[in-house]
Amino acid sequence: MNKILLIIQREFLNRVQKKSFLIATILLPLIFPAIMAILVYAAIEQRKNAEKETIYYVDESGFFVPDTSKFRFKRFEVDVNTAKQAFQESQSSYGLLYIPRFDLANPRGVSLYTKVNPSPNEIGDLEYMLSNRIRELKMQKFKIDQKLLDSLKTDVSIQSINVSDAGLEKSSDSKVLFGVGMTCGILMYMFIFIYGAQIMQGIIEEKTSKVVEVIVSSVKPFQLMMGKIVGLASVGLLQFLIWIVLITTLSSVVLALFGVEMPQQQMMNEMSQDNPAMQNQAGMEFLKAMGQIPFGFVIFNFLFYFLGGYLLYGALFAAVGSAVDSPAEAQQFMFPITIPMLISYFGLFTFILEDPHGPISVWLSIIPFTSPIAMMGRIGFGVPEWQLILSMVSLIGGFMFTTWVAGRIYRVGILMHGTKINYKVMAKWFMMKG
Amino acid sequence: MEALTAKNVTKRYTNHLALDNVSLTIPAKTIFGLLGPNGAGKTTFIRIINQIINSDGGEITIFGERLQPKHIETIGYLPEERGLYKKLKVGEQLIYLARLKGLSRKDAVEKSKAWVKKFEVTDWWNKKVEDLSKGMAQKVQFISTVMHEPRLIILDEPFSGFDPVNAQLITQEILELKEKGCTIIFSTHRMETVEDLCDHIALIDKSKKILEGSKKQVKQTYRSNTYWVEHKGSLPPSSLNYQLIEQRSLEDGFFKSVIKVNNGTSPNILIRDLTELTEVHSFVEKIPTMSEIFISLVKGVRHE
Repeated sequence: MNKILLIIQREFLNRVQKKSFLIATILLPLIFPAIMAILVYAAIEQRKNAEKETIYYVDESGFFVPDTSKFRFKRFEVDVNTAKQAFQESQSSYGLLYIPRFDLANPRGVSLYTKVNPSPNEIGDLEYMLSNRIRELKMQKFKIDQKLLDSLKTDVSIQSINVSDAGLEKSSDSKVLFGVGMTCGILMYMFIFIYGAQIMQGIIEEKTSKVVEVIVSSVKPFQLMMGKIVGLASVGLLQFLIWIVLITTLSSVVLALFGVEMPQQQMMNEMSQDNPAMQNQAGMEFLKAMGQIPFGFVIFNFLFYFLGGYLLYGALFAAVGSAVDSPAEAQQFMFPITIPMLISYFGLFTFILEDPHGPISVWLSIIPFTSPIAMMGRIGFGVPEWQLILSMVSLIGGFMFTTWVAGRIYRVGILMHGTKINYKVMAKWFMMKG
Repeated sequence: MEALTAKNVTKRYTNHLALDNVSLTIPAKTIFGLLGPNGAGKTTFIRIINQIINSDGGEITIFGERLQPKHIETIGYLPEERGLYKKLKVGEQLIYLARLKGLSRKDAVEKSKAWVKKFEVTDWWNKKVEDLSKGMAQKVQFISTVMHEPRLIILDEPFSGFDPVNAQLITQEILELKEKGCTIIFSTHRMETVEDLCDHIALIDKSKKILEGSKKQVKQTYRSNTYWVEHKGSLPPSSLNYQLIEQRSLEDGFFKSVIKVNNGTSPNILIRDLTELTEVHSFVEKIPTMSEIFISLVKGVRHE
């Protein structure tokens, strides 16, 4: 037992004393938001500065009034076939819009000819332009003026309130929960992979540098494997701790500097620019919803599922590392390990966040191989206690199982050099006694 | 007292038998040569002693006690495939390895410092292993093998990778350790080493032990009653008492011959016979070298 502690300590110090640890730990929380900000900024700039495309149009209906905010328009006073020919010969034009004579109630036959495939955005812009124009025409026809229409419009916003077992009422904002679930799920996926790969790399290093035989003459292979896994887990926990402290401090500094104007609120401002009255209200709602999320609870669960998922996958990564002689050789065995991770990762986007209480979401969050990511996606939406407990217990059982399997492969694998490895060989090692 | 005894030790892998009923006795305070061709089962045997793997059958005792996990601290092991943590500094590495062998932190620091001083490598203390040359790393590895003062030291091909100067240093160290009462097991192919250092040997071939005993005994057993003779004037091919196996002519009418005496003939009779036939300048018994014994035995088995 004492020796496991020694190995844990060694592994921990090995990683923490490296400069790269310090850099990663301090810079990562700064780099990610920075990259995101740069990308968003670049996207906005690009949109602003983009050259407007020229679109020719043939309008047989005579209704079309081009809106030049998105495109440059040029009318052709010829029939559509001549126009098509002219368009094909022209160099500078982007597309040819053909608007036939149509019935206001049932507009059909509008087509756009282009040389390259148009983006959905561009099509959408044109459709919006046309439907707006038709709406105007219809309003004239039915003698409705804008004022009347405005007075018909009423804003109703439903505040969703979650009634918990204790009878407490919490207002919840599903958009915020969606964001929290997505962030936690993606982070979980990344961390399990990063740390799992580190275990594997460490073991391959030990094996190729041949130091492993000296070590296993002093400790049991299982002790060595566990020492490595736990040592690295403690590095991960330390890193999280630093991040939590760092992010909390940073965000309170930012809050203090900019007053109430949180970055999220700025985003909301931009989103609801056209309705200044709504802006403040939405911001308040957002803040309120943020305040309602039990961050302590989320962080606790994140740490639990990180540890559980890491131990479960870390053991498998360890087994792979022990079997191969080089990282390149490890690739083929990584694939089956990553499948359940990928399922839960894609599940996160396709249905877990959309329908967190659906049966597939629930089961994915209970099965140990997928639960770390799936449960993090669901956690903000409120998970029944029995599901949480079942999921946690099966995760603990799951990593005990994988550790046991991995240990049996590991003890044989680390002493094997230059053997050709496949699943059959690994199965044989697994069955091998003492 | 025996440092180690093995009784009917057997190890079977899925496809082959690695050790087949191997029994050995290694006397304490000796240097024991564990010999055998590649793949004979030496490494398997050594790994079983080190409790890296378990045997399928048989019994091993170490200094009179059944082999148990606590004996890890009694053994120092230098594997053939050696290596250290490349990114770790020499000092930290030695302390870590010693502590894994059960030393307290204080003892580990003290002993490793003493050893680096003894090997005159104190200025490597803060160097990473990857910055050392191969020979330097070997020295560090040797220190890590012996610094927890094991009573039984197992060295698998200890001289590979050493230059002659360092090999001499290590040889000196091994002899010193023997003087201090350590038992040393050598696993090697290098017969000069065996010739120079080993007191006892065992030969393992094809999973079986085929020879065991003190070096002297073994040589005695494999004496072939042949003699090197230098003489002036050639010899007739054979006579009543001997057979001429080989005769090489040297300068000035001198010859060097290998002569095998027939059973029941003493060296004295041979000399008497020879003096009548030629002028004898030297007469030495041709004792088989370990290398010759090794080759003849291993080949003999192969031919069966």
